[in-house]
Amino acid sequence: MRYAMAIEVNKCVGCADCVVACQTENNVPIGYSRDWIVERVSGTYPDIFLHFESQRCNHCEDTPCVRTCPTGASFIDVGGIVKVTHDECIGCGACIESCPYDARYFHPDGYVDKCTFCDHRVKEGMDPACVSVCPTYCMHFGDLDDPDSDISKLLKKRENFTLLPEAGTAPQIFYLK
Amino acid sequence: MSKFNRRDFIKISGTATAGVALTPALSSGIGQIFQNEKKLTDDQLTKTPTICEVCFWNCAGWTYTDPDNKIIKVVGNDKDPHSNGRLCPRGTGGLGMYYDENRLKKPLVRVEENGVQSFKEVSWDEAFDVIVDNMKAIDEKYGKESIALFYHGKTGPHFKHMMQYWGSDTNAKPASAQCLITREAGYIATYGTGLASPEPTDINNTECLVLIGNHFGENMHNGHVQEISKLIDRKGTIITVDPRFSTAAAHSTHWLPIKPSTDLALLLAWTNVIINENLYDKEYVARYTYGFDELKAHVQKYTPEWAQTVTTIPAGDIYKTARVMANAAPKVIIHPGRHTAWYGDDTQRTRAMAILNAILGSWGRKGGFYFPENIKLPNHPHPPLPKPKWSWRDISQGKHKLAFAGITNEIVDCALPEYDGPYKIKGMFFVATNPLQAIPKEDTIKKAIQNQDFVLAVDTMPSEITGYADVVLPEATFLERLDDIRVSQNKSPNVALRYPAVKPKYDSKPGWWIARELGIRLGLHDYYHWEEFEEYLDWQLKQIGTSISELKEVGVKHFDRKTPMYLNENEEYWFNTNTGKIELVSTDFQEWGYDPLPVYKAHDEAPAGYLRLIYGRLPMHTFGRTLNNPNLNDLKNEPKLWVNPKVAKIYYLENNQEVWLQNPEGKVSSFPIKVRITERIRHDSVFMPHGFGNKGRIKVDGKILEMSRAYGRGISDAELLHNIKIDPETGGTGMRNSFVTILTENPHTKAVES
Repeated sequence: MRYAMAIEVNKCVGCADCVVACQTENNVPIGYSRDWIVERVSGTYPDIFLHFESQRCNHCEDTPCVRTCPTGASFIDVGGIVKVTHDECIGCGACIESCPYDARYFHPDGYVDKCTFCDHRVKEGMDPACVSVCPTYCMHFGDLDDPDSDISKLLKKRENFTLLPEAGTAPQIFYLK
Repeated sequence: MSKFNRRDFIKISGTATAGVALTPALSSGIGQIFQNEKKLTDDQLTKTPTICEVCFWNCAGWTYTDPDNKIIKVVGNDKDPHSNGRLCPRGTGGLGMYYDENRLKKPLVRVEENGVQSFKEVSWDEAFDVIVDNMKAIDEKYGKESIALFYHGKTGPHFKHMMQYWGSDTNAKPASAQCLITREAGYIATYGTGLASPEPTDINNTECLVLIGNHFGENMHNGHVQEISKLIDRKGTIITVDPRFSTAAAHSTHWLPIKPSTDLALLLAWTNVIINENLYDKEYVARYTYGFDELKAHVQKYTPEWAQTVTTIPAGDIYKTARVMANAAPKVIIHPGRHTAWYGDDTQRTRAMAILNAILGSWGRKGGFYFPENIKLPNHPHPPLPKPKWSWRDISQGKHKLAFAGITNEIVDCALPEYDGPYKIKGMFFVATNPLQAIPKEDTIKKAIQNQDFVLAVDTMPSEITGYADVVLPEATFLERLDDIRVSQNKSPNVALRYPAVKPKYDSKPGWWIARELGIRLGLHDYYHWEEFEEYLDWQLKQIGTSISELKEVGVKHFDRKTPMYLNENEEYWFNTNTGKIELVSTDFQEWGYDPLPVYKAHDEAPAGYLRLIYGRLPMHTFGRTLNNPNLNDLKNEPKLWVNPKVAKIYYLENNQEVWLQNPEGKVSSFPIKVRITERIRHDSVFMPHGFGNKGRIKVDGKILEMSRAYGRGISDAELLHNIKIDPETGGTGMRNSFVTILTENPHTKAVES
């Protein structure tokens, strides 16, 4: 089992529905977020290129955040989901510093919080909240170890990229062109 | 009769022009709802059907509440054709409307102590007494007709009906003259029918979608956004015409970066190519349309080469895209768009789009426009309505033949002190609408308000207009109230229910209750044979074979279609026009003295040193009404002014620099806006989202009530709109002829120093 996400940037409109759906689904306090939108523009009028990226924790295979956690609060769960055990987190911030994607934040209740791929939903057979709400159907979630899963097929078929591949973290969020 | 000689905007003095950037409030009141508690699974939560009120698309969804009756989330209803189970960000964040701690909490009445006006919290009974006394006094002096209602959304009809029962049919909504009246008129003149909402565009089967200044993805017309995404999957063609590299443009096969205000030239040139290259649907045109030969002769002068000089779009691109459209026909849609009140010849521009659809044979065809069907809900029987001596019709229909609804600005004009005509307005009710942002000519509106004997505002939030009201009534949010059944036109007829998930917070009340209570106090018992609105709705639903209890279970109920969705092959079809045909040449327009075929007329250009002000949307906000919603404000809490790098160089602008805007009439924005230097906008225009620059801040019992997260953030384009061009056919207000110049120093500070 290797959970991953594929996001089609040719469809994403950057509406941030994924952001607010995550916030309400996961009780993320106002002012914080586990996912966010990046707008990328290049070119000169009228030859312009634009796409949006819905970004979040990349649930990397090689995880600097887990490696730097002094208490073991940061760990890799079933299916490669990178998580934080809130009770064990001392809020030292080492994981936040080490994450090349800036995907973690200090929760005002005193621990580090981040995307969980909505594992509480995934366990129930549902998609993460961000995927299930997206009005452009640009996000896909599934198991990369299953060659018949939609996400495996999509990644085989479509040209894709990951964020900061040079960081060597082997991200599990793929962007489809 | 008003005890106030001058209606002060109740605020803290001096703050309106200070231009202080406020820090977004991370209120502890909001934080309380998000504690790190054990997560409940969906089946541990209660689901109540709702219809989203964050925008007019009115998606059906489910409100999830926990065992403590706390709203946890709002999620789309899978059976709903508006949302297909996926709400847009505004719907997902709609629960913030309920949790907003800045909501209106109690009825308020304007009082004056020691020369200072303020609001006082009162009971509902006291507030109703003040309203009824004032209504009766205005009636005695001027007649019931002299109270005008401005309304929006699902709250509107409760008050519209109450006022009609009482004897006033003087009403208007910005959703008409400021939005889609011109589009509806253009289609009525061509096809004998308007489009209504959601527009019956068969995007799911189309091969080519043409968007004229229609920015899907920034507007979140949910169902259509979803369908366009599937069109991208199918590798269909999208042609976007926009001076701005919009999100839609970025997702398009062809983007035509048009010079603002010249869209009609492009449409006529496309028509020229499609006719002259024999690319039109000959059988369809012969069978269903009227006036083709005249159209053909008419468009000869509108060549792509001519259009290139007007629109700045290369003629080659005009030929190419016309051929692409024709190639896809009839599976092609020139999308009618929504907010179409732009340049004052908007009915004509819409006509040109409707004509193009007709010659491509897309109306009534799969992949073009389908015939929507809805189900009729009978009205609860009530005595006949009293006949007012005059109504909105008398004010506007003489001037504009296709003004099929009240024109906001014309009613406002009747409320001015200098008005000496027969339709004098002396009372204004604002229900769920904020005219200071929604309607152009802010200064005129303020002047009209000062001339009123009585002003009422009903809202969930202390929007700007509440500061000018004599009585303010706090309405419950959509998650806490019942409203009319949503009867929508789609591929299959369906009805949907909004049911309260929780009790109204604070001392707010549902719109239906407020309107009924007022009605009862005005002696309109005969019109209200029901006590609870639920009884009324249940009766209606039972007439069509369902009930409240069924809809509480399913949220949305579909019915079988009774009529065909598309034209059958070679079907003889009678269009509801004078000729029974699709009128390429409008016989009504001929008779009424309007252009029977659309004629290109050049629009005003920016004076030297000015840029065209283009306003638009953000996907996470519905204009001013969502800006204070804690969840949506968190996604975007201030606007940016898009400026082309060339313009930035001229003004020495940097990203995030605060600037003020001034229009040629000298009007300066109250607040600054931050600059975003981007190639996504032309050098002759600036762009900003509509609805920001909130000025709502009122004083209640000595304490401040404000939209704390929205106040003073960015510029309200409504302040700067000028050069409003009236669409002659409809009275629609063309609002895209406004120009601005950029001020890099605080003009308000300067004024103080001098």
